[in-house]
Amino acid sequence: MSPQIAGVLQLLALIAALALAYRPLGDYMAGVYSSEKHYRPEKWIYRAIGAQPSAEMRWPAYLRGLLAFSAVSVLFLYLLQRLQGALPGSLGFSSIDPDQAFNTAASFVANTNWQSYYGEQAMGHVVQTGGLAVQNFLSAAVGMAVAVALVRGFARSRTGELGNFWADLVRGTVRILLPLSVVGALVLVACGALQNFAGIHEVGQFTGGTQEWNGGAVASQETIKELGTNGGGYFNANSAHPFENPSPLSNLFEIFLILVIPFALTRTFGRMVGSLRQGYAILGTTAVIWLGFTALMMWTEFAHRGPAFEIAGGAMEGKETRFGVAGSSLFAVATTLTSTGAVNSFHSSYTGFGGGITMLGMQLGEIAPGGVGSGLYGILIMAVIAVFLAGLMVGRTPEYLGKKIGTRQIKLAACYLLVTPALVLGFTAVALALPTPGNSMTNSGAHGFSEILYAYTSGANNNGSAFAGLDADTQWFNTTLGIAMLLGRFLPIVFVLALAGSLAEQQPVPETAGTLRTDKPLYAGLLVGTILIVTGLTYFPALALGPLAEGLAS
Amino acid sequence: MSTATPARAPHDDLPPPGGRGAPTRAGSGLFDPKQLLKSFPDALRKLDPRVMITSPVMFVVLVGSVVTTALALADPADWFGWAITGWLWLTTVFANLAEAVAEGRGKAQADTLRTARTGAVARRITGTKEERVAGTELRVGDLVVCEAGDIVPGDGDVVDGVASVDESAITGESAPVIRESGGDRSAVTGGTKVLSDRVVVKITTKPGETFIDRMISLVEGAARQKTPNEIALNILLASLTIVFLLAVVTLKPFAIYAGADDQTSLIVLTALLVCLIPTTIGALLSAIGIAGMDRLVQRNVLAMSGRAVEAAGDVSTLLLDKTGTITLGNRQAAAFLAVEGVPEEALADAAQLSSLADETPEGRSVVVLAKERYGLRERDRGELAGAEWVAFTAQTRMSGVDLGGRRIRKGAAGSVLAWVAERGGSVAADARALTDRISGAGGTPLLVAVEDAEGARVLGVVHLKDVVKEGMRERFDELRRMGIRTVMITGDNPLTAKAIAEEAGVDDFLAEATPEDKMALIKREQAGGKLVAMTGDGTNDAPALAQADVGVAMNTGTSAAKEAGNMVDLDSNPTKLIEIVEIGKQLLITRGALTTFSLANDVAKYFAIIPAMFAVAYPSLDRLNIMGLASPESAILSAVIFNALIIVALVPLALRGVRYRPAGADRMLRRNLGLYGVGGLLAPFAGIKLIDLLLTLLPGIG
Repeated sequence: MSPQIAGVLQLLALIAALALAYRPLGDYMAGVYSSEKHYRPEKWIYRAIGAQPSAEMRWPAYLRGLLAFSAVSVLFLYLLQRLQGALPGSLGFSSIDPDQAFNTAASFVANTNWQSYYGEQAMGHVVQTGGLAVQNFLSAAVGMAVAVALVRGFARSRTGELGNFWADLVRGTVRILLPLSVVGALVLVACGALQNFAGIHEVGQFTGGTQEWNGGAVASQETIKELGTNGGGYFNANSAHPFENPSPLSNLFEIFLILVIPFALTRTFGRMVGSLRQGYAILGTTAVIWLGFTALMMWTEFAHRGPAFEIAGGAMEGKETRFGVAGSSLFAVATTLTSTGAVNSFHSSYTGFGGGITMLGMQLGEIAPGGVGSGLYGILIMAVIAVFLAGLMVGRTPEYLGKKIGTRQIKLAACYLLVTPALVLGFTAVALALPTPGNSMTNSGAHGFSEILYAYTSGANNNGSAFAGLDADTQWFNTTLGIAMLLGRFLPIVFVLALAGSLAEQQPVPETAGTLRTDKPLYAGLLVGTILIVTGLTYFPALALGPLAEGLAS
Repeated sequence: MSTATPARAPHDDLPPPGGRGAPTRAGSGLFDPKQLLKSFPDALRKLDPRVMITSPVMFVVLVGSVVTTALALADPADWFGWAITGWLWLTTVFANLAEAVAEGRGKAQADTLRTARTGAVARRITGTKEERVAGTELRVGDLVVCEAGDIVPGDGDVVDGVASVDESAITGESAPVIRESGGDRSAVTGGTKVLSDRVVVKITTKPGETFIDRMISLVEGAARQKTPNEIALNILLASLTIVFLLAVVTLKPFAIYAGADDQTSLIVLTALLVCLIPTTIGALLSAIGIAGMDRLVQRNVLAMSGRAVEAAGDVSTLLLDKTGTITLGNRQAAAFLAVEGVPEEALADAAQLSSLADETPEGRSVVVLAKERYGLRERDRGELAGAEWVAFTAQTRMSGVDLGGRRIRKGAAGSVLAWVAERGGSVAADARALTDRISGAGGTPLLVAVEDAEGARVLGVVHLKDVVKEGMRERFDELRRMGIRTVMITGDNPLTAKAIAEEAGVDDFLAEATPEDKMALIKREQAGGKLVAMTGDGTNDAPALAQADVGVAMNTGTSAAKEAGNMVDLDSNPTKLIEIVEIGKQLLITRGALTTFSLANDVAKYFAIIPAMFAVAYPSLDRLNIMGLASPESAILSAVIFNALIIVALVPLALRGVRYRPAGADRMLRRNLGLYGVGGLLAPFAGIKLIDLLLTLLPGIG
């Protein structure tokens, strides 16, 4: 079987698995966020944190809860790393430096999981499992809570109430992420991933010499790393490491974990707004982009010409032989179109176009299907923009799901749209203009430029994957990327919640034959076009100077 | 409620047969290229930065023009800098030109109105004396006298007398109208001329705020405020401008790193920025708004706010008065139904004779029907010697004639039955069945009876029915396709209302409607999130007009009604509501189409400018030059020139509005996306290439 056919079969298997999970998971999540019941363990948590889970919150209260919780999380994670040297169970690793500790704390709370450290050489069991893995759950649950709040904004009318942040946070964690993670971890262990609390071993190498490896709760952390679209690897090699991702089967399963919640959330959305077709339109939009990107990636990676590449069956530099071109391409597209950022191959080694596809995927705002929660609210913002641009063309003031898109709504959506380009382009420009940051580049020319552009694209969009090649553990990069991650995560959330609040207050406009139908393929196509054109226009010059200049040269 | 009876012939306001493309359709409007030249000085005057700042997109272009001018002055030998500078200034001026042309059309109309306003002298009554004061000195509550030949000095209501008034200064309609105290026809407008008789007018509006003053400021665009949707669009355009500003500003460090410092001079970057920001829609946005109002003015509708025009596009429920809007003003005879044993011709003859003395339209229609259906010549009242005519009155509700021994009566069922009974006559058994059948079908039965040698008896029944105007059903079908529900408002009983509603094809009806019912209906619709439009002219319509999202007051109506509505139809034609909705929609579509077009244009501009800037640093990027433009300079210049010229090219479209046909949202979206989205994507590739080809013909380029 040729690698191309193997790739297509893997893709088909993946689509089948996602399709099977779509309905039950989507409906289950809608039920979780709509249920009136509190389970006993949840009640214990509410009592412990002093929350009243049934009290409805307006958007400022919801936002306050979210920001306070995240601020505490950053502080806790920062202190845990700073005190690591004094904590037991740390494998003897010393405390983390302030700038790196800030970067890592910001990174994990912002669901980015950018890592400027080497997991196996810096973080012990306590920080990994008690700090980083916990945030893998909570930051994902925060994203889902925001998405659900926005969906409620569309679904509710003449109230400003968006639900209860604490209830959404706890339920997302306890009822969705935890059970799925347990199942996922068992599957990964069965595939051969590591799960222990072993200390540091010295192991022999095939080529002679020895190296040191430590164990850890790898399989469990790996599961939530993918499921919560986090991406922070236990080891530096991330999902390319055989302890994290041992086989082609585990590889496909991990890609499934990355995509399953974001895709199923479109069903949850349809369910909660009372029109499954609306959910299908969003699903269709994201699926078209995802499939298009996957096809392009496979094409450019397989087609890479030259005798060396042909012997390897495509561009194999930086890719694992376990996964091949297809398994790596599938993973790379899934991880950059969601906010995951886990890698099973090195994006820096991809073809010029391939690297460009990973960057463009993130620059779209990670909405196809996007991070858990963040993907859904991201694409709903784009849906609002698309409705506004094209909705006028049917001769009515634009409305989406019966809610009018007026001055306030478009102001908030436009602010959302401005945040990440400002962070990505602004920081990249400053980094290039200053004398020292450029020293972190491994390559010169277009590829070197891509290294820095990729870093800020990844940080501001909360992806967390790295292009490799850039030495990011400097004060400059630790600090600016930390800021980019925090602003890139929480500023958009402010605008999303404000938008949700303004939508929830509105009274819905009944649908007539004159209403723009947002549950039709025509609209989905329009949405794809809007997303590609708006993002494309923003980043075209930057992409031209990096991946395009490289890709067109070959 | 009141029933507006149009002052002109009933068929005037009918949609033309076929409807499509006829002048009453939204979409027509004149554009004369000469207006571009005429408005040029106005366009230059608008270069004032304090004016330009209201459009963020064009303000950025203005700043860009100033920057490039300074740079060109610093290096006067560089022809490229001068060329870019020139075209950037032209871009700015073209944008102002669009607005100036749009405003210019209203100015002419305003001047005509001003001549009507000036020089009115009022004859104010104080106590018993009469004094002459300037119209501007009048206060609300003053009483003024107007006699034949006088210009009415201000808006007011007639409190005494009746007069014929020439309102052509405002409506353009030369036929005089009657204004009388009391009732729904008491309002007079300042600037109109009294042609006969004498009236006393109570002034209701302060000088400077009269209808004609408001009209002047409206058609001039002085009172124009940005509408909610326009503001929202402006915000989106401003944020896109910021995005592109970011993309261009950060490009400089990228270019320095890439080794393309020389190719990305400030002039080139400014050119790129101006090409990318949505200048096309930014330049035309306010012209589109002004032109939308202007299209209404051309149809003799005055919108008191742009908000109302926008709301018209969103209307999902139309309340239409039955009389005068859906049906012709009056009921007409449709059939003669004779009782058993009476030939139909005899009934028709009796009905015609008895109706000769009935001057009401219903009476006339009986005469006409008898003539058309049975060839009975209309007899002149004079040719029947010895005839004694009994005229129709509201009290007797009967008309008739006494011809010697033969007395014929025709009238309302109750009255005629009483008349027959009084004379000891008989009522045929099937007469009641016939009247019931007619009532059941929503018609009005008129009985015809005769008393002669054989005694008094009922001959038969005349079927009177409302005649639905031609073409209304098609219009309502169109509205339904546009997602608009029509509700017919009538004072008739539910049975009659239902029959007419079915015949006309409206979606719903409100029978035996009182002003309270109407108000309740509007509130109910609005509670469901719907926007409601209605017309009205009576004082009792005023609350409902104020409550409706689009309230169109008839110019013949009372000042209370005109004050309450947010639009005034100078032709007093209730059917125009449908056109108003279409104009509102067309306004929004034009905005959306040009925004989409403007954004889609950017793709081609990138393909022109990016290779021009970076092909030296990265030769591979020359492959992006898919248009094969001659040189970096010609490529950038072509993009800038295209960007400027497309504004002028689209001015007629902005003023006229995109072509609009009533259709469902899906069809409309598909059509407009194809035309302005895909068209906007492809057109500039051709345009820029063409300009580049022309540029290479110039010496020194290419």
